[in-house]
Amino acid sequence: MKRFFAFVKKEFFHILRDRRTLLILFGLPFVQVLLFGFALTNEIKNARIAILDLDHSQHSRQITSRLLSSGYFKLEQQLDSYKGIEPAFRKGKVKMVIVFPARFTAELAHDQAAQIQVLADASEQNTAISLTNYATNIIQSYSAELNPVGMNPPMQLDVQSRMVFNPELKGAFVFVPGVMAMVLLLVSALMTSVTIAREKETGTMEVLMVSPLTQMQILFGKVLPYLLLSFLNGCMIIVLGINLLGIPLNGSLGLLLAETLLFIFLALSIGILISTIAETQLVAMFASLLIMLMPTIFLSGFIFPIESMPKPLQILSNIIPAKYFISIVKGIMIKGVGLQYLWKETLVLFGMATVINAVSLRNLKTRLG
Amino acid sequence: MDAIQIDRVSKAFAGTQAVNDVSLTVKKGELFGLIGPDGAGKTTLFKILVTLLRPDQGKAQVNGMDVVGDFRKLRPLIGYMPGRFSLYPDLSVEENLSFFATVFGTTIAANYELIRDIYVQLEPFKNRRAGALSGGMKQKLALCCALIHKPDVLFLDEPTTGVDAVSRKEFWDMLHRLNERGLTILVSTPYMDEAGQCDRIALMQTGQILAVDTPAGVENLFQKPLFAVKARETYRLIQDLRAAPFTETCYAFGEYLHLTSLPSVTAEIIRDYLIQKYHEAVEIKPIKAGIEDSFMALMQHHGEGSQHG
Repeated sequence: MKRFFAFVKKEFFHILRDRRTLLILFGLPFVQVLLFGFALTNEIKNARIAILDLDHSQHSRQITSRLLSSGYFKLEQQLDSYKGIEPAFRKGKVKMVIVFPARFTAELAHDQAAQIQVLADASEQNTAISLTNYATNIIQSYSAELNPVGMNPPMQLDVQSRMVFNPELKGAFVFVPGVMAMVLLLVSALMTSVTIAREKETGTMEVLMVSPLTQMQILFGKVLPYLLLSFLNGCMIIVLGINLLGIPLNGSLGLLLAETLLFIFLALSIGILISTIAETQLVAMFASLLIMLMPTIFLSGFIFPIESMPKPLQILSNIIPAKYFISIVKGIMIKGVGLQYLWKETLVLFGMATVINAVSLRNLKTRLG
Repeated sequence: MDAIQIDRVSKAFAGTQAVNDVSLTVKKGELFGLIGPDGAGKTTLFKILVTLLRPDQGKAQVNGMDVVGDFRKLRPLIGYMPGRFSLYPDLSVEENLSFFATVFGTTIAANYELIRDIYVQLEPFKNRRAGALSGGMKQKLALCCALIHKPDVLFLDEPTTGVDAVSRKEFWDMLHRLNERGLTILVSTPYMDEAGQCDRIALMQTGQILAVDTPAGVENLFQKPLFAVKARETYRLIQDLRAAPFTETCYAFGEYLHLTSLPSVTAEIIRDYLIQKYHEAVEIKPIKAGIEDSFMALMQHHGEGSQHG
C-alpha cells in the first residue's frame, strides 16, 4: 500500500509540475463552458424579420408588437403584397416573414380559428427552427390570453413537447451538459493514456515492470489522481453552469455527482484501453482525439441533433458514451427527474465500463512481449 | 550456483532473429561485459534476463530462478538500468531516488551505505529536477536508483552510451567498487575500449555470441601478424594496402591503419611496397592485437562462415 501511495504521489507531481497539463485540466473546461455557454449558442437575438399585414387589425398589430418586443426579432421591412416575400428572402436580409391573411380578424370572430403564416429561411436550418419556435410560442401565448377559460383556442398551433422544459430554447441548456461530457472525456481519457504512454516512451515503464509493483497497482496509481481531478473538474463545470449561465438544478445533486463519477470512471477505462495499445504519446493522443473527441462532438447530439442525422449515423450514435451522459445530465438538471427515469442510460454507461475494463485486463501484460 | 545461466536462448521479432541460440554463464561476483555493436541483440538478451521478455526457445536462470516461471520472486532481487536512463525528468534527484526506493519496499536511509560513494556527488544537486542534470549525473542517479534495493545481480544496459570520457572512467571505477562488495554485474557496451575493465567478456554480433573469455584471452585469440601503419595520405594508403598481395584485412583504427598480413611478412616488405607507391612519411610498427582487432577478425570469420553455410 505504501508503494501504491508513493506512486500516486509521483503522479500528482507529474500533473502539478507540468503547466500544460494544469492548463488543460483547469483552463480548458473554464474556457469551453464560457465559450459554448455565451458565444456559440444557437440562441438568437434580434433576428431580422419582415411582416406582411393584409388584415390591418387590432390583433395583427398586437401580435406584431409582441413579437418585436420579445427581443428575438427586429423589424426589417413592412411588406404590402405576397410578391414582396420572395425578393425579401432572396436578398438574405430577413430570416423570417410573418403573414397575417386579409380576413384574419373576420375568420377569428366567425370560425373561432384563423391562420398566421410563418415563413422561415431554411437555408440555416437550426436558426429557422428556433425562430419559428419562438414566434409560435409568442403567438400562442397571445391566443391563450384571448380565450376565456374552457373555450377552444381560436388558433391551432402545434407546440413541441421538448419546449416544455426549455421554453426559451436557451443555448446554454443544450451546450453545458455537452461541454461537461467533452471535457471529462478529454481530461480523463486523453490524459491517462498519454501519461501511461509517456512512461513507455521514456523507458521508466520497464523499470516499474521489473519492480515489485503489480500492473494493477501501476494502472490504479495512474488513474486515481485523474479520477480526483476530473471529479473536481466536473463540479467546477456544474457550478459555472448554475451560477454563470443560469442553468437550473431541478433534480438531486447527489445523483448528478454519482452519475458524473460513473462517467469519469468510464472515460478513464477508455484511456487505459488506449494506453494498453498505444506505445507512444503521439499515438495515444491521436487515438484519444479520433475515437473519443470527434465522435463526442458530432455524434452525441451535443451540436447536431441526433434526430436530424442520417440513419447510419443515428445507429452509430448509440455507442457514444457521451450521448447517454448528456441525456442523464439534462434529465437531472433541467427536467429534474430521478433514477427511475434514467436507469437505462445509467445501465448502458455501467455496461460499457465493464466491457472496456474486461478488454483492458485481457490486454494487460506483465511483460513487454 | 552461478549468478546467470543462459541455455540456448532464442528470441525473434517479426522475422528478425534478435537473439540466436545463445548460451552463457556468469559466475557469482563477476563483472561481466557483453560487447557488441548496435543491433547485436544485447538489449533483447538483457530484457529476457530481467523478466521483461519471454524467450522463444531455451531457458535462462538468474540466481537459480527461472526468468519465466519465477519472475515474481526474481524481480526484487535484480537491479536493472535500461539503455535510456529511466528517470522522471520532472522529479528532483531526491524524489526520483526515494520513489524507486519506496516502490522496491525500502528507504534511502536503509541502503545508503551501498550508494553513498555515488550519491555524495549528487547530493549538492538533490533538489534539482532530473531533467536538468548532465548526462554523467543522470547516469549516476540512474545507477543509484537501480541499486537502492540492494539487488544481488545488477543489469546495466549500455550505461556509458552518450556520456563523456571522464564520467565513463568514473563510472567504471564505481562498478569496480560495487563489484568488490560481491555484487554480480552484467554490463553491455558497444565500446571495445571498455572491455578491458571486465573480468570476462562475451563478444556478440547478429544475435550470436562469437567468443567468451577474459579480455586477455580474447586478445590472444588473434594469432596473425598485425601492423599499425600510417602515411600522409590515409585514404590512398588504405586503397593500396587492401590491394597489396600480402594483406588479409586492413581497417582504420584512429590515426593508424591496422593491417593483418599473411604469415612471414615483415615491416620491411610493407615499407618497400608503400615506397614503390610513392607514399610519404610512412610509419610501420608490429603491434599486439587488442580486443577490437580480435573482434574484427571474429566478425569477419563469422560473416564468411554464415555466408558459406
